[in-house]
Amino acid sequence: MNWIRQIGRTTLDRVSATGRAGLMLFGALVAPPSFKNIPLTIKQVYVVGVQSLAIIIVSGLFIGMVMALQGYTILTDYGAEGSLGPMVALSLLRELGPVVTALLFAGRAGSALTAEIGLMKATEQLSSLEMMAVDPLRRVVAPRFWAGMLSMPMLALIFSAVGILGGHLVGVDWLGVDSGSYWSIMQSTVDWDKDVINGVIKSLVFALVVTWIAIFKGYDSIPTSEGISQATTQTVVFSSLAVLGLDFVLTALMFGIE
Amino acid sequence: MDYLVNVDNMTFSRGDRVIYDGISLRVPKGKITAVMGPSGIGKTTLLKLIGGQLQPDQGDITFDGDSIVRMSRRELYQTRRRMSMLFQSGALFTDMSVFDNVAFPLREHTKLSESVIATIVALKLHAVGLRGAAQLMPSELSGGMARRAALARAIALDPDLIMYDEPFAGQDPISMGVLVKLIRELNDALNLTSIVVTHDVTEVLTIADYIYIMADKRIIGEGTAEQIQGSKSELVQQFLRGEADGPVPFHFPAPSLEKSLLGEEI
Repeated sequence: MNWIRQIGRTTLDRVSATGRAGLMLFGALVAPPSFKNIPLTIKQVYVVGVQSLAIIIVSGLFIGMVMALQGYTILTDYGAEGSLGPMVALSLLRELGPVVTALLFAGRAGSALTAEIGLMKATEQLSSLEMMAVDPLRRVVAPRFWAGMLSMPMLALIFSAVGILGGHLVGVDWLGVDSGSYWSIMQSTVDWDKDVINGVIKSLVFALVVTWIAIFKGYDSIPTSEGISQATTQTVVFSSLAVLGLDFVLTALMFGIE
Repeated sequence: MDYLVNVDNMTFSRGDRVIYDGISLRVPKGKITAVMGPSGIGKTTLLKLIGGQLQPDQGDITFDGDSIVRMSRRELYQTRRRMSMLFQSGALFTDMSVFDNVAFPLREHTKLSESVIATIVALKLHAVGLRGAAQLMPSELSGGMARRAALARAIALDPDLIMYDEPFAGQDPISMGVLVKLIRELNDALNLTSIVVTHDVTEVLTIADYIYIMADKRIIGEGTAEQIQGSKSELVQQFLRGEADGPVPFHFPAPSLEKSLLGEEI
């Protein structure tokens, strides 16, 4: 009978954690806007966004190159290598851009956010903010949350753009696809609302989920070295799973039914 | 006598574990009050209760006549500006220099110009002897210096009450001496009220005006240093002399060793 009890306990833990996560976000965001937070948010955009640029650009470049290579070998069988441009662009803008960016963001910036906030808790910095009559939710959580929301869509767009250039590098410069058809068919196929905006919406949703999980896991961590390492791992695992699951749901909603 | 903090018949538990069972204590204005007791009985918890970070299950805690327990969030944040706490780790913000750490509460809560803030910070750092270390980062400070820098930050807004959480833990004898001197001098010079939570008996007996000794969820002894030393309570005497066995047993509760070894009961 123990396993029934275990299921009940796990469910209750999950539900109460969801409640705490909701309260945390509510406390952080539902507040009169404060101008003091703007420089703090800009600093966090630098930390989570700008410092993630290198990994985003390198990954985007290689993914674009690999896609062009794979796409070329398949398309050329049907004499359709002219469609390489739209293939690369659509897969990046609709799927790979937002999804891979979110996964990389979870590993690069999400884990760092969890560890940072967890250590601030362990070293009593959060408590001491509270005792100094400064709300840690507004001071620590809110700027990091907004920074994630701002950075992720931009990173995803940069990822896609670099990927398209990578595809050009391999498809056109190396394998000899006509440069004009690479760009012009891409231009006529890719739709602004349907492809670009939907991709941005996806990455906004992923930004919300990944940043929220990362901050909450840090804020709710057990303030010991073991607890923080566990929280960091959970951030990466949970946000990766959430991104992949949500991607399916969003794709079904956006592209599933014509 | 006037009391700044008044804990009245307060009960607090964490989960199923009772931490305090109906304790009452009073902190006189302008004095140093020490709360002593063995590790792990929730002395830090007491400070967090006074600071309103935790809520008691029963009873009341007042600060200068106002109940911390019944305050709205806004009132609590207003009241916290009048109290400050020195954490065991110092809790300096690791991404700011010592100067910015001390300036932090001033920048948050006052509209003073940067030049005035710089003057106040210099004075506060001078009081703890660290004016020369203003531009260092917390990671460059020794443990004792970090605690002094945190002390400068704690007095930045000239609070009425300052709470020290284990200020002497892990300090070498010189840093310990410096801290003892600072706590006494700051208390008298700035007309503060201090609560020192600690288990370092000798240091406390030299500076505290009034002492509470806690064990087993309640207060087992109180009085001035002389009264405490003359206490008839075996528990108090065991604590003061640091004896390994006594009313606080050496062994964590367990079935008898003979039975365990014979495999009757584990």
